Amino acid sequence: MSQHNDTDHISGRSTTGHEWDGIEELNTPLPRWWVLTFYATIIWAFGYWVVYPAWPLVSGYTAGVLHTTNRAAVTANLAQLEALRGEKMKALGTASLAEIENDPALLALARARGKTVFGDNCAPCHGSGAAGAKGYPNLNDDDWLWGGTLDQIMQTIQFGARSGHAKAHEGQMLAFGKDGVLKSDEIVAVANYVRSLSGLSTRKGYDAAKGEKIFADNCVACHGDRGKGNQELGAANLTDKIWLYGSDEATLIETISNGRAGVMPAWEGRLDPSTIKAMAVYVHALGGGK
Amino acid sequence: MTKNVTSKELMGGDDDLPLYAPQKKIYPQRVSGSFRRIKWGLMALCLGVYYLLPLVRWNRGLGAPDQAVLIDFQSQRFYFFFIELWPQEFYYFTGLLILAAFTLFLMNALGGRIWCGYLCPQTVWTDLFYVVERWTEGDRRARIKADAGPLTAARLARRALKQAIWLIIAWWTGGAWVLYFSDAPTLVKDLATFQAPAIAYVWIGILTASTYLLAGHAREQVCLYMCPWPRIQAALTDEWALNVTYKYDRGEPRCSVKKGRAQRALGETAGDCVDCNQCVAVCPTGIDIRNGAQLGCIQCGLCIDACDNVMKRIGRPTRLIGYDNDINVQRRTSGKTEAFKPVRSRTVVYAALIATVCAVMLHALLTRSLLDLNVLHDRNPVAVKLSAGAIRNGYTLRFLNKRGFDRVIAVDVDGPANAQIHIVGFDSVTPDRPMIVLARDATTELRVLVTAPFDDKSEKTAPVKFRITDIGLGEVASATDHFVTP
Repeated sequence: MSQHNDTDHISGRSTTGHEWDGIEELNTPLPRWWVLTFYATIIWAFGYWVVYPAWPLVSGYTAGVLHTTNRAAVTANLAQLEALRGEKMKALGTASLAEIENDPALLALARARGKTVFGDNCAPCHGSGAAGAKGYPNLNDDDWLWGGTLDQIMQTIQFGARSGHAKAHEGQMLAFGKDGVLKSDEIVAVANYVRSLSGLSTRKGYDAAKGEKIFADNCVACHGDRGKGNQELGAANLTDKIWLYGSDEATLIETISNGRAGVMPAWEGRLDPSTIKAMAVYVHALGGGK
Repeated sequence: MTKNVTSKELMGGDDDLPLYAPQKKIYPQRVSGSFRRIKWGLMALCLGVYYLLPLVRWNRGLGAPDQAVLIDFQSQRFYFFFIELWPQEFYYFTGLLILAAFTLFLMNALGGRIWCGYLCPQTVWTDLFYVVERWTEGDRRARIKADAGPLTAARLARRALKQAIWLIIAWWTGGAWVLYFSDAPTLVKDLATFQAPAIAYVWIGILTASTYLLAGHAREQVCLYMCPWPRIQAALTDEWALNVTYKYDRGEPRCSVKKGRAQRALGETAGDCVDCNQCVAVCPTGIDIRNGAQLGCIQCGLCIDACDNVMKRIGRPTRLIGYDNDINVQRRTSGKTEAFKPVRSRTVVYAALIATVCAVMLHALLTRSLLDLNVLHDRNPVAVKLSAGAIRNGYTLRFLNKRGFDRVIAVDVDGPANAQIHIVGFDSVTPDRPMIVLARDATTELRVLVTAPFDDKSEKTAPVKFRITDIGLGEVASATDHFVTP
């Protein structure tokens, strides 16, 4: 070890004793306030370990004397929020659907509540603006599989369709091709016939009479003799301009061959009754409600 | 042995000096004179307006607040005598700010930093606090002497009394502040009975603390170090602007009264300044005006009064220090008469701008519509195809009824051919011309659906104009948007 002089003879200040290539480092201590702050943070950390949950253990963690948990805090906050909302939502619980829609204040409340809950629960399928997608109905338009009155909308939300709930809407589009009921040429004919019902163009030289007969034999039971649909069964109206899965020939052939059975979950039990009510009013107010 | 050189010597010898100079305590002396009288008057006016304005009543009819000046956050209204502003009309405040800026420019062009010296809240409240200080601890000499001497019981009592009165004024200042935000008599009662909202007490606390600290303790330090305006205002002044000026052409060379008289008797020149330092003693920012225009000068004119008093006593003409401009110094030294030019392009332009902004604001205020309509098109989805092939667009309409009574309005739409309008929640009204009731003094937001037949020949987009008509008064408002097809 090289010998060092503890004092730098030029500045007259002490050095750290470290020397590289003849250059010595002056001993320049940190400001006192800085050091004190540093010690304070260490003391603070000890306090923190004691007060708050800190150390992971083999099967758990040190809970700290305050027994603070973020989960409990969030739950409490949510409960507080629900209580806050509950006051206002009470009015929705007691009013009938029609009353809500005819009272501007209640309507505004239901739409506001419905909008947020829609975003959380319904938007994944129906889209954030409820415009739907292939297989997921557009809730803004005036075409309804299960009916578009306030009560019908509410029932669909509450119990769903093909959801497994005892009161759910049942009924599905059968798989005429897969189940061997219709042969492919018959399916092509009936698909073109269905297109003609809503004024769409048909394949050249398709057998209209054959299509009509197949439709009469197989489809009218659900879709009605003019293809107007049946909301009791969730059978689509085939004469209008709105198509849930698409109106082109290939899509129709697929629909007829393999059937369709989209599922709408039941929301009873997952959303509270007044929220379901608000949701029904919100969906109805989107513009398509009857 | 080599000679030890200290680091001080290496670095120029002053690296141990503190970064900031310690505050030099200023003991402004009491002074009387014309500018002091103007200051007293303006102080009374400013404080009077501030403390009493919330108590002024104004009848606006049933259900509306009867306070002349009220910032009503809860119902989002601003009342100023006959003016009632909504949040949508916040641009009036922009107008006020522009007006304030131009007024400041004009004041600067005419009289330099007269805002600082006479009207700035910091000046007004500091001045008020000095009154208290002089009353409790005596004038300049007494305070200097007491501060230099030992801390006796009597001195302590005077100090405590001063602080107490300062705190009371500060507290009263904070109290008056919150009265602008709520019905004043009710709030005073609630405050006294501890029923007022916590926020009121918090604001009183904040304003009490800031008034006490700024006016009592920070004083001229605010003007010298904290306030940006001296820097800005210095850039706004020009050679014609009147500034508090020591007329060195008249004052120099300084000499005693006796020597001055003797010199003048001999026909020799002698300055009028007798170096009595009265101008420095009275200065609230502790500057020597004889060093010329400087940042610390707030143009309060107290040095003018102090100097005038001395000049009168020694029988010399007054206004050795006075409001003067740079041009005059040159003119006097070259034997010309003094010149003042308040009307010049700069001031004319400022005055014209002020008049223009005032006129625009007044016009906007007088022709302010009391029925308004805003429209917002649905974005998701922008258009909906209906089962029969028609297209429907959704809009959110916000109706503003600024009158103090409910009114029935009809909603019409001029849009694509054969467009039909439907207001959600109003099924029972006449379908071809929906009518709705707008609550008084409120906004109503409604969802409106417009449906139009559509075929391949239809335009992709068409303008839509919503028009609302007050059935009783005939007032009309409208808003335009577009009708979109998918």
